[in-house]
Amino acid sequence: MSNREHEETKDSSILKKPLSRRDLLRLAGTGGLGLIIGGAGMGGLFAAKERKTAAAVAGHPDTEDRIPFYGKHQAGIITPSQNFIYFAAFDVTTTDAQELKKLFQAWTAAAAAMTEGSMLGEESANHNLPPVDTGESAGLSPSRLTLTFGAGPSLFDSRFGLASKRPANFSDLPAFNGDQLDARWCGGDLAVQACADDLQVAFHAIRNLARIARGTAVLRWTQEGFQRTGSADPAGGTPRNLLGFKDGTANPDATSSEQMNRVVWAGAEGGAAWMAGGSYMAVRRIRMRIEVWDRSSLKDQEETFGRYRASGAPLGGQHEFDKVDLSAKGPDGSPAIPANSHMALARGDGSVQILRRSYSYSGGMDAKTGQLDAGLLFICFQRDLQKQFIPLQQKLAKSDRLNEYIQHVGSAVFACFPGASSGGYIGETLL
Amino acid sequence: MNLKLHTIIPAGIILSSLLFAGCSEKESADPAASETKTETSAANTGTSAQSAGTDSAAAQTTDFSAAVESYRTFAVEQCDQFVKQTEKFTEAVKAGKLEEAKALYAPARSYYERIEPIAEALGNLDPDIDARVNDVDAAEWRGFHRIEKGLWEDKTTKGQEAFADRLLQDAQLLRAKVETVDIDASLMVTGAVELLNEVSSSKVTGEEELYSHTDLYDFAANVEGAAKIYEILKPDLAKKDPDLEKQIGERFDALKKELDAYKKGDGYVSYTELKEDEVRKLSQNLDALAEPLSNMGTLLGV
Ligand code: HEM
Repeated sequence: MSNREHEETKDSSILKKPLSRRDLLRLAGTGGLGLIIGGAGMGGLFAAKERKTAAAVAGHPDTEDRIPFYGKHQAGIITPSQNFIYFAAFDVTTTDAQELKKLFQAWTAAAAAMTEGSMLGEESANHNLPPVDTGESAGLSPSRLTLTFGAGPSLFDSRFGLASKRPANFSDLPAFNGDQLDARWCGGDLAVQACADDLQVAFHAIRNLARIARGTAVLRWTQEGFQRTGSADPAGGTPRNLLGFKDGTANPDATSSEQMNRVVWAGAEGGAAWMAGGSYMAVRRIRMRIEVWDRSSLKDQEETFGRYRASGAPLGGQHEFDKVDLSAKGPDGSPAIPANSHMALARGDGSVQILRRSYSYSGGMDAKTGQLDAGLLFICFQRDLQKQFIPLQQKLAKSDRLNEYIQHVGSAVFACFPGASSGGYIGETLL
Repeated sequence: MNLKLHTIIPAGIILSSLLFAGCSEKESADPAASETKTETSAANTGTSAQSAGTDSAAAQTTDFSAAVESYRTFAVEQCDQFVKQTEKFTEAVKAGKLEEAKALYAPARSYYERIEPIAEALGNLDPDIDARVNDVDAAEWRGFHRIEKGLWEDKTTKGQEAFADRLLQDAQLLRAKVETVDIDASLMVTGAVELLNEVSSSKVTGEEELYSHTDLYDFAANVEGAAKIYEILKPDLAKKDPDLEKQIGERFDALKKELDAYKKGDGYVSYTELKEDEVRKLSQNLDALAEPLSNMGTLLGV
């Protein structure tokens, strides 16, 4: 993605153009929300300076580590994937729309500061108060942190008077064949996707946003995820998922604004002008039956995806990015790429596309079976769930060969707001 | 819990605020900082939890002696009741009245739970009265939870008589010592947060009352104890940071309302009756309260 999609850091920094304390107080209210206010004051300035020095010492030109928060679109959607994700779904506990709005404003200010690599608030000047920032990211570079915010269908119930603003094509996902959903990983009024090249930085962001939300919203579920890091793969090849296959090969080109406008960015349709420039996110926690997969033959594995494991090339092809020809026949006259392989089904006639931005996850050991709880935190973005994710997943759920090896255990969808510019806030078109 | 008394002495406050003033001057060298700073003090008419110069100056002169006295009075009252109710409880144990003893157990403890920070400031009294199994060496284990195990798990008062005697003695000792404990505003402020931390680390998880499952009695008593401190400090807090004061008040109300749903007779339902999501909600409401409450230290200056 080009960072030009976003405003220049210079104009967007709340540090360089501080909201006055009075402004923020008026905007952000009190208590937990009030906590971040120190960040816009003098403490924030100094924290930012210290951070810069630290980054320079470590030999990081820190602009490369920083992805602008403000912009036409939210960062973290077409941004090239960072190494780690910390995903969090929240439930709103207040029933007051004003409180919700204040939360959005406070989250925006905090997110802008954290993606800059600044600490929240003053550096613990007061010994009688808990520090404003929880501190574990002190001295760390921003690590390309992005924070992406979205609203779940449940936010559009009667609580906040938003029912009429729910986009026509945005509701809870229908049940798919084979779903084995567990409420532990489903739904949410709000979502925050924190992605960064450092897991501690991502964790810090979610922790502090949850802290700010206390009394207004509570965590509903979280999932952290990873992929191979940039340093493990300096060439930056397509990452492999935990089944050992390259994953992301056929993604649309995130640097092409034509493709992104067609596939990812929502317009004003469905009576939801507030979503123009936003994107709809589908999240599925998909557990892999690792042990079963490990007992299947290489041939089986490759026919499951329709690609070679080593190269990622389509079956019958040579190279990863070879053109895919679903009608090509193998030596025995049957399709080289099985019709029920994951790729063949997901590709179809090529008319339905999504932007995948998934991460591997590990949930430790399943205490019941002693097996690994690991899989894919599948995330994709699209302009219309009804026309993209849903028909795709319906097709996959019915006949994908991959289903033998996977289990969808978590599910949620979110309407990710358009971006905000400095002085504004995420969600301002809605509330 | 380690509550340090006398952590704030007036001289220390003055010293640190002098240091702070020095810092502010240095900061003003940066034009951007001084611009922000002006706005800071302009807006700082007692609204923000994280306060700067002018307000801490005000805090130094705040006289907490009336607040401290009224908290001491409260603590003494609770102690008096505690001794009285513990006596009834231990008498029932010694008389072999199992059901009566069980009924008196949780209510007697409530008086203690409301002022736990005080007891914890008095050296070894807390473990003697309130240690759970494994908190102390088996040979030293006594107090409420030792008897709790006898009543609920072994289902008899037999063998608990000596523990009952010791418990009453310890309760009386607490009552005698409470007169001497040094209370200051700092102890009150930290104590309020500590009370809620107690709830979130053991009561809300059902680990406090392993055998009797009367955790909600303790939960409510801890919250009441914190609320009392807040009530006493409320006028000062309202002056210093009215938004914070209001928010803490609202969240106490929300939590109490939620707890009320579990009232049964004069007490509370058994912890085992709570569903998973109910526990989670109680815990989240508690965190929502504890967060702003932890900023009550703004009263004490820097
Ligand atoms: C654990 C679950 C999944 C695994 C392991 C997985 C893995 C893969 C792999 C290895 C590829 C081929 C390489 C590539 O183009 O990226 C692929 C392609 C694809 N997958 Fe998945 N996938 C999973 C679930 C899903 C789901 C739930 C969807 C959408 C509903 C989906 C949609 C797609 C699409 C659209 C393609 C590209 C097809 C093409 O145009 O060639 N996948 N997936």
